[in-house]
Amino acid sequence: MHVLACVKQTPKSDNVKIDPVTGCLIRSGAESAMNPFDEYALEEAVVLKEQTGGRVSVITMGPPAAENVLRDSIARGADKVYQLGDMAFAGSDTWSTSYALAKGVEKINAEDKIDLIICGKQTNDSDTGHIGPQISAWLNWPNAAFVKKIVSVNEKSITVERLTEAGTDVLELPFPCVISVVKEISNPRVRSVKGRMAAKRAEVTKWTADDIGADKNKLGVKNCPTRVVKSFSPQRCTNAVVVEGANGKEKAAKLVELLKENKYI
Amino acid sequence: MDYAINEMEQETLNATREFAQKKLKPVRAEMDVKEAFSHEMLEEFRKSGMFGLWVPEKYGGLGGGITCLAMAFEEFSRVCAGLALTPGTTALGAIPMFLAATAEQRERWCYDLASGKKLWAFALTEPEAGSDASALKTTAIKDGDYYVVNGTKHFISTGKEADFYTVAVNTNPARGARGISLLVIEKGTPGFTFGKKEEKMGIRTNPTYELIFENVRVPKENLLGSEGRGLLYVQETLDYSRPGVAAQAVGIAQGALDETVPYLRTRKQFGQPIITFQALAHKVAELAAKTEAGRAMVYNLTHRMDEEFLPAVKAALENGTTVHDELKKLKGVRWTKYSAMAKLFCANTAMEVADECVTLCGGIAYMRDFPLEKYMRDAKITQIYEGTVHIQKNEIIAALIKEYAAKGE
Amino acid sequence: MKEWKNVWILAEVSNGKMSSTAYELITAGRGLADTLGEKLCAVLLGADVKKFAQDLFDRGVDVVYVCDDLALTNYVDDIYAKTLNGMIQTYKPNKFLLPATNLGRSLSAKTAIFAGTGLTADATEVLINPEDGQLHATRPTFGGNLMATITCARTRPEMCSLRPMSYPKAAASESKTGEVIEFAFDAGKYTSLAKFLQFIKSEGEGLDLSETDVIVAGGRGLGKAEGFDLLNKLAERLGGAVAASRAPVDNGWIEYRRQIGLTGRTVKPKLYIACGISGQIQHMAGCSGADVIVAINKDPEAPIMKMAHYAVEGDLYEVIPAMLEALDK
Repeated sequence: MHVLACVKQTPKSDNVKIDPVTGCLIRSGAESAMNPFDEYALEEAVVLKEQTGGRVSVITMGPPAAENVLRDSIARGADKVYQLGDMAFAGSDTWSTSYALAKGVEKINAEDKIDLIICGKQTNDSDTGHIGPQISAWLNWPNAAFVKKIVSVNEKSITVERLTEAGTDVLELPFPCVISVVKEISNPRVRSVKGRMAAKRAEVTKWTADDIGADKNKLGVKNCPTRVVKSFSPQRCTNAVVVEGANGKEKAAKLVELLKENKYI
Repeated sequence: MDYAINEMEQETLNATREFAQKKLKPVRAEMDVKEAFSHEMLEEFRKSGMFGLWVPEKYGGLGGGITCLAMAFEEFSRVCAGLALTPGTTALGAIPMFLAATAEQRERWCYDLASGKKLWAFALTEPEAGSDASALKTTAIKDGDYYVVNGTKHFISTGKEADFYTVAVNTNPARGARGISLLVIEKGTPGFTFGKKEEKMGIRTNPTYELIFENVRVPKENLLGSEGRGLLYVQETLDYSRPGVAAQAVGIAQGALDETVPYLRTRKQFGQPIITFQALAHKVAELAAKTEAGRAMVYNLTHRMDEEFLPAVKAALENGTTVHDELKKLKGVRWTKYSAMAKLFCANTAMEVADECVTLCGGIAYMRDFPLEKYMRDAKITQIYEGTVHIQKNEIIAALIKEYAAKGE
Repeated sequence: MKEWKNVWILAEVSNGKMSSTAYELITAGRGLADTLGEKLCAVLLGADVKKFAQDLFDRGVDVVYVCDDLALTNYVDDIYAKTLNGMIQTYKPNKFLLPATNLGRSLSAKTAIFAGTGLTADATEVLINPEDGQLHATRPTFGGNLMATITCARTRPEMCSLRPMSYPKAAASESKTGEVIEFAFDAGKYTSLAKFLQFIKSEGEGLDLSETDVIVAGGRGLGKAEGFDLLNKLAERLGGAVAASRAPVDNGWIEYRRQIGLTGRTVKPKLYIACGISGQIQHMAGCSGADVIVAINKDPEAPIMKMAHYAVEGDLYEVIPAMLEALDK
């Protein structure tokens, strides 16, 4: 089977710094890497490839430097990688991003039919979780989000377990389909030596908006439906009462007393 | 200091370091206490290609040679010497096969070796044949197309988990040591059973078993090389594997230092970090210097070895010959003395470093919550297996006597 | 765009129960509707869901749109998203709030594409900009390190999923009346190739962290899985449940369902006792709605020691047993 994983380059730590004066994100110096949730998606794609003797392609949309996550994908077991890069994409929200990715998918699909698209649950920078369901909407393919397990795979479909607040839904999705996965889905491997070496030599296919036949009126900061109008650092409470005492035992007794006094217990 | 001289070696260091931190470190304490083999970790090693580092690319391996194998073993052991044995003992069990195997035998075994689908173990030691391998009592008597094997091996690492056992047997007991041969015996062959599981001081996650052979019929296609040359292959194997144990010892020493130095920097007594006390600081400096000396010894040796090993492997694959034969054609140096020196020095260093680190850190290091006591327990095995430190000294002195005698001095 | 009117909320129903997130959306949506001078409308999708309409009226909803059909018994993305889009195109809401639950997040995402409109994910605050009547949805990004306010100026409805527990639950007052509008399910159009096979209820008790008043949570500082035995004792004694920050879940000490924080759940208990938790912003995002937070930590410099209401510097293995003792007195 042919599995396509969607990945994104994001700041390595979600502990990014905020300029205390301007309240803006300090991006410079922040190391970038593959969105951690995408590692689970790609690993599951590679596991499926190993089980079924198929192949894994990876697509990303991003600036030139995002090529690194595609090379990283090769190290993790991907066979072919595609980068959507164009100034026209800059500033896209999830509506426009999913549109561009769907157009990229269509182009790959025309070359080599895709059975399954796997996305991470969300990214660690914008945390929306929209991309998986939205790609499926553009393509009009069935989908499921919050997938925690692929129960079975056959030539025509997969059966998946989806995490809900109350338990687990079991669904059967015929190919082609889209799933977004939570981290229980897989256990990302450490990149092999061979993979690391192959990553440096891999060929990255690069496509512009024109290459994928995307309508530029649907792309970029000017055309996407949503806009960030303000960003600021969250307020933090800094008025903790330090519970005093000579030792842990005394402090514990004091704490219980305080909680009782204030009717918290 | 890193001794990588090419991209492949550097990436081996990068991959194995990341693997040790991400995969081994979180479970090492638990696996030590459970004293159980980790099948999850086996899968992790497989998925990351850690079994094939030294196996030729033709079979799906990396083709990295003895240096990459040693580097991996050092980096894994730096975090957990026990879990490191999962790929480590497979290499030890498979090296004699790889050296002596015919082209046909390589085809049969090397693909699953490189992928880690099949694990290997080396079975030499017997209850009455430890350091004196020539005293082994396990027999393999030819019966048509089979050898009928009887006997007992003990203290076999990765016992019961391994799929193939490279077993030293005597095919001609009348000839004593010259009757010793190597047979590959597959788990599940009728009459091949496992006896006692040992409870050990260290490397506890790796299972150590007794192997029992009762009229086990092994096809003659599983004989390695020719009959009676088993001890030669064993010696050749140990020449290549002892630098691996030395690398493991360097890893243990380095790992103990990795735990100790940060602790000494943060632990305060008498109002100051205890690393500022010179008596302790100087001790740490000495331990670090010895560890680095051991590392230099190991990789200088493996790089020299690879200068012969890799071309020999290449030639064997091209000519359809055995690696052993190709090595013989190329051989300028016998590595026995240097392998023994590396293992002797590094094993003693590991023990000294681990022991001293426990003392330096004090009470906390004696507790199981802190990893140092495990390093001390694990270090001990490096002084014992694949030839005790005393056997290494025998090897060294035997070589020296021979050298000086040859010069007529 | 004038034809797009009223504030909609999705009253999620799953497994035959209406989610309490509906009550939170009523509170948020009521505010928006009142500011705009428009109606607050709720959408009920499912099988046998009309019965929930009265409860919604009692809590402040003016109109309930119901699409009640056996085909909607279980959540299948395409069927729900196509149905919802059918309702949107028919009735043309101005704003549309959905719960940022698993169902709500995936349904809102797919529906937004079908409806050709913008969507803000997982907002924690929604307001109407008095100048232009647009929805200003504020949400945490970068793991809670940055708050972003997002608008959707040109397309309608302005969609937004709202993080559970961000607004108080609307209380039921005296019996009210409202209008029920039934929307016919179109079996020919609202289809999916996906098949729902079954629902497996999660096992284990005390898992509903959203309902419990006291939560005792453990972090990396526990050091080992067994640490949760001690936390369990304290939770039991206080009639609460045990939860965790991310590290213990990653280490396999406790199941993911108990993870609190941005990548886990959001909770709003009366009392939250954080043991050995450093207080990364990602974790705090999940528990800062608690009435009172107690931090027990060896490190007086840990961020949580400033963000908690009560900070106890000490070894949790010493403090908690002493608390249990003090509670028994």
